Amino acid sequence: MSDAAPLLELRDVHAWYGESHALHGVTLEVHAGETVTLLGRNGVGKTTTLRAIMGLIRKRTGRIAFEGKDLMRLPLHRTAHAGIGFVPEERGIFASLTVDENLALPPVVASGGMSVEEIFGLFPNLKERRKSPGGKLSGGEQQMLAIARMLRTGARTLLLDEPTEGLAPVIVQRIGELLGTLKSRGMTILLVEQNFRFASRIADRFYLMEHGRVIADFPVGELESRMAQLHDVLGV
Amino acid sequence: MITILGIPIQAFLGQLLVGLINGSFYAMLSLGLAVIFGLLRVINFAHGAQYMLGAFVGYLLLVQLGVGYWPALLLAPIIVGISGIVVERLALARLYDVDPLYGLLFTFGLALVLEGIFRYYFGVSGNPYPVPPLLAGGTNLGFMFLPNYRGWVVIASLIFCLGTWLVIEKTKLGSYLRAATENRSLVQAFGVNVPLLLTLTYGLGSALAGLAGILAAPVYQVSPLMGSNLIIVVFAVVVVGGMGSILGAIVTGYLLGVAEGLTKVFYPEASNIVVFVIMAIVLLIRPAGLFGKEA
Repeated sequence: MSDAAPLLELRDVHAWYGESHALHGVTLEVHAGETVTLLGRNGVGKTTTLRAIMGLIRKRTGRIAFEGKDLMRLPLHRTAHAGIGFVPEERGIFASLTVDENLALPPVVASGGMSVEEIFGLFPNLKERRKSPGGKLSGGEQQMLAIARMLRTGARTLLLDEPTEGLAPVIVQRIGELLGTLKSRGMTILLVEQNFRFASRIADRFYLMEHGRVIADFPVGELESRMAQLHDVLGV
Repeated sequence: MITILGIPIQAFLGQLLVGLINGSFYAMLSLGLAVIFGLLRVINFAHGAQYMLGAFVGYLLLVQLGVGYWPALLLAPIIVGISGIVVERLALARLYDVDPLYGLLFTFGLALVLEGIFRYYFGVSGNPYPVPPLLAGGTNLGFMFLPNYRGWVVIASLIFCLGTWLVIEKTKLGSYLRAATENRSLVQAFGVNVPLLLTLTYGLGSALAGLAGILAAPVYQVSPLMGSNLIIVVFAVVVVGGMGSILGAIVTGYLLGVAEGLTKVFYPEASNIVVFVIMAIVLLIRPAGLFGKEA
């Protein structure tokens, strides 16, 4: 880990769904160019952490900063413009919009995003389905599209929520390669994942979450020596 | 004399035309309701009052300022649309986070207040609005006599409905609207200014109602109650078409207008209830409406 200021920083973040207290003081940081994975069982607050960063959960306290800028003050539609791309759980493809429309939907938030042609170079199968409604795509195609549409926006930081969930092993493999490519291009990635074997191929560091808190923080090199703890906490 | 099922063809076509005219207004009004409901999740009970407002704006422009039909056709929807934007910003926008019932109650109350104000100043008897000279008179089609203005209403409403549909289906703004109808918060998280989109959508829906109102002014009398007479049927149209379905609202509007007109020919006693009978049957067979998606 470098000594430079983190790109994304969370300090003692609490969040609530109505009366339900979901995050109990999450502290973590992600540095530019890093790939960081949040591990944990269902319901420990991984998705909630991403939603709190994006501002989709409004009832939150603590500090959330991106490039030193306080994200807590921004209205929901300004967060993305800080330069963050969001790939939500269950992909969030708009069923009534075509592939082209889904791709074009998220506003450009920074210069240097990929052109549609570059994106189709990376995702040739999407190009064949440009005119299909998003609802008619397979799960794998939807996941590719969910990632692809963020590459157009110029965001250099991606938040991905379980991009491999429910997908066939061959598709998981392709998503792994794709994330590897994005990482090698210098993108910063915060990944929520249950599948730590998948995550271990691309992640630099891990945060392990339980009961709305981060309980461990370790680099990928320590993964093997932490197996006992991981099996215990993740129940795998 | 040519007859269809024992009915003189003139009577048949005459009622078909009346049905198409009514259907034109049903289509334009239910289209606005469907757009508003789809995105804002607000059942806009003020829609009939906004239609009435459009007719009155046209009427007042004429009698107070001497502004004629054609400028009014542009001004009335703009004025009603702006009033809609003000209403959304001041009131509706504060109700999105509470039970949808509040939005319904608010718009219902707004409709009553608007109607009350116009009743106070203009009474309940209608005020005539002249047909613009360009469209005065009629055309003999050989088999029937078509008043020019009524032909214009059918064509104009088709153009406006089709235009609105194209904007929603084919433009970038329309894709924002459709996406936000599916998942509002995600569209906003992607960086789209959804609160602004909601305001503009309510303005657009109101403007469509105002446009229908000024189109209707020369056909019906301009009266404070003209909206509440129509809006109940329009709600039935939206339900039959499928809540929130744009195309469903348009097609169902014309279909039910024609069904109503033809019922007047074959069984006049039933013409006032036929729309509701159709609604009941559709709800039994397809609860989501003809064009709605099953939830």
